[in-house]
Amino acid sequence: MARKTIRIGNGAGFWGDNLDAPVALAEASPLDYLTLEYLAELTLSILAHLKARDPAAGYVSDFALILPRLARVLAVQPQLKIVTNAGGMNPIACARAAARILAAQGLDGISIAAVAGDDLAPHLAAHQAAGEMFANLDTGQALSDLGAPLASANAYLGGGGIATALAQGARVVITGRVADASLTVGPAVYEFGWNWTDHKRLAAATVAGHLIECGAQVSGGMFSGWTDALPLADVGYPIAELTDDGGVVITKPARTGGAVTVPTVAEQLIYEIGDPTHYLTPDLDADFSQVQLSQIGADRVAVTGAAGGPAPPRYKVSAAWRDGFLGAATLVLCGDHAEHKARAAADLIFARLRRAGAMPRRTHVECLGTGDTLPGVWPRTGDAREVVLRIAAHDTACETIERFLREFSPLVGSGPPGVTGYTGPRPKPYPVFAYWPSSIARERVVPEVFVHAARDWLAGAPADHASTGVTP
Amino acid sequence: MNPTIRLAEIAHARSGDKGSHANIGVIAYTPAGFEFLGQYLTEMRMAQYLLPLKPRLVQRFAMPGILAYNFLVLDVLAGGASRSLRTDSQGKVLSTAVLEMPIPVPHNLDAMRPPVGSEQKKNAR
Repeated sequence: MARKTIRIGNGAGFWGDNLDAPVALAEASPLDYLTLEYLAELTLSILAHLKARDPAAGYVSDFALILPRLARVLAVQPQLKIVTNAGGMNPIACARAAARILAAQGLDGISIAAVAGDDLAPHLAAHQAAGEMFANLDTGQALSDLGAPLASANAYLGGGGIATALAQGARVVITGRVADASLTVGPAVYEFGWNWTDHKRLAAATVAGHLIECGAQVSGGMFSGWTDALPLADVGYPIAELTDDGGVVITKPARTGGAVTVPTVAEQLIYEIGDPTHYLTPDLDADFSQVQLSQIGADRVAVTGAAGGPAPPRYKVSAAWRDGFLGAATLVLCGDHAEHKARAAADLIFARLRRAGAMPRRTHVECLGTGDTLPGVWPRTGDAREVVLRIAAHDTACETIERFLREFSPLVGSGPPGVTGYTGPRPKPYPVFAYWPSSIARERVVPEVFVHAARDWLAGAPADHASTGVTP
Repeated sequence: MNPTIRLAEIAHARSGDKGSHANIGVIAYTPAGFEFLGQYLTEMRMAQYLLPLKPRLVQRFAMPGILAYNFLVLDVLAGGASRSLRTDSQGKVLSTAVLEMPIPVPHNLDAMRPPVGSEQKKNAR
């Protein structure tokens, strides 16, 4: 079963990433796996909100938008498989939607997996009764002290469910919350038949997954060394080449923009990590601290030195609670004393809100163009000829934020001179989901794997007949 | 006043968020630069530079294989991606600002600059 090298490309680094990238990547270079990573820390809360309004929603709609085009690639590339966490809060509904799209293109025999079990909300009370406190990992605060219900609570699952789904013949694997790097670890474990205690190899796949999970950020996007000479319009999305012995090479398709160099890969290796000696995933406790990079060819960087130990005894839980509403709006102030006029305009808005008894609980004023993205850190530029006034506000009441957002357009006619930049539709308040990082004992969470042909998903194949994708 | 240069002359960087914390990875172009960072760019210096943003704590971790230090800056995002009212609620531009940090001119500055014409050989040690 194991081949010498498997090639895993990642065509999406977040929900909202370039819709053309996945197809471009899959067509440019033959891949064994196309991964699509969509879930940030708070995405699940937004998806839970959507699912509450429509039981058939709650997955990442971008995936359904691009799947018709990916279906044509699946039809002509028999080796290609897709692994994605687009399932979000509703992997089953996402699998059915995918089945509908694939069947419409004549691919009704394709096997689609849904990997679920990460959603803890339905049994939260039972978990609590069994002694799970869901204390906040950052603050130590107990959930019972929060005084608000959780909007969502999902365990970060590992690659076990994905490997199980692949072993059962799935060509499209749709998960809920799994750790980002596990989208790569699952296929590697399946392809090479690695043992879940082979921490050295699991660490290699984990570092590979970490490097490609944010899409073009490893292949030239966001790079500090950017100049006009780095072409990014057609930036190549990344590919990890993995070998049975734990070898990893990061690359990108030929004749694409961007660059894969030691510096671009180094920046992504360090991106959004904490203690590099303990990069914790559900698959293992990885050590990235001694990783080395070497340029072995044009746009080819070898990654060595990842190590690791047994997985942590508890799954990390990503949870969130509803914390009122937020809104932000901007105006542009031009001419002499632009910054002074902008701050005066903000004061006018606040004075009118106070007079109306509608001052939001929290507000934040920025005069963009004067160093206000990091006030006090950037050097002040005091004489800007035009600044963007941005005010953001937070309150428990949606009406208060709505009222706040109404105070911007009057400034055009009843504020200082030189006001412009208010032509589009009025911004709307949006609900705030406050992050509540937590954990749960592994044995309390059972990953569920449902694998059916597209035609069987459409015929209403039971979603109650799961294999478990338990990682030992 | 002693002459200074920007940190960007000897290092590159990337930052992002972890809840209400941010991390800032600072990567030296050469081993000499990594040694300089080890001595100069302490947790205290990073905390002082970011003081206006009121970080609770700064922790530094070494990644010698890529000539880097990772700085974990706790509670610097005024609530994090979900609750922060800032434009940069996710700490994306912290690395850009850190690369503008003034540092004293090292005596062996030439050994710390990116190798001419080939950044790619940077880790050949």
